[in-house]
Amino acid sequence: MVLDVKPANANHVFRALADPTRRAIFEELARQGEQTVHALTRYADVSQPAVSKHLTVLKRAKLVRHRRDGRETYYRAQPDALAPVVDWLNLYGAFWRERFDLLEALLERMN
Amino acid sequence: MSTPAESPRTLVVERVFPHPPEKLWRALTESQLLAQWMMSNDFEPVAGHRFRFRTDPKPNWNGIVDCEVLIVDPFKSLSYSWGVGPGEAGLQWVVLWTLTPADGGTHVRMEQSGFRPNQQAAYQGANYGWQKFFGGLERVLGGLV
Repeated sequence: MVLDVKPANANHVFRALADPTRRAIFEELARQGEQTVHALTRYADVSQPAVSKHLTVLKRAKLVRHRRDGRETYYRAQPDALAPVVDWLNLYGAFWRERFDLLEALLERMN
Repeated sequence: MSTPAESPRTLVVERVFPHPPEKLWRALTESQLLAQWMMSNDFEPVAGHRFRFRTDPKPNWNGIVDCEVLIVDPFKSLSYSWGVGPGEAGLQWVVLWTLTPADGGTHVRMEQSGFRPNQQAAYQGANYGWQKFFGGLERVLGGLV
């Protein structure tokens, strides 16, 4: 019912997005497109090592991808990786509709 | 009914039942009746009461929902928090039931949303964060279409 869908992946995604700074980084990349660690560091207003650490977590969740060009590393958002979140919401939709059906049956049985 | 794609921030399920609000209220608040359509529970209709819904454990979920009663407004609205998963890695939601008399019955609205609006200070940041996240998610998903 809850976290059954693509569990390993879903857990990585939810954990990655549980942190406000990581969410901000992900949203910034989704909004602005590809960016360097330097640009993201300016945006996130935390140290570069901290940003790199956040990016590693986002990478593990497949929420971002990177490519190297010379001395710079560019990151971009992978919005498709949000699928577990969407699945989760769809799953809950099915969960509640099923509960409503059971509630309806119960009401018929009650006096 | 709104679909998650239309509104990822909250999940809303609505239905009109051909029964009076008083009867719906019993089904929502009497533990034994609640168990017949939700899950086994130790619910009590008292604000501040902590309780659990329990079902069979699943591969990535122990089958337990940790809840706290937030609002009890007889025959009108009922709300409880809905926590799944361990501590900080867990997810915290709020379930709000609203009953409105309708032609020949009762309109029932269930809304499941992110962090509760008036949560204690410790959760304020997270509350803001999730709101922002789902706002962002909406934009991102909108951009996918």
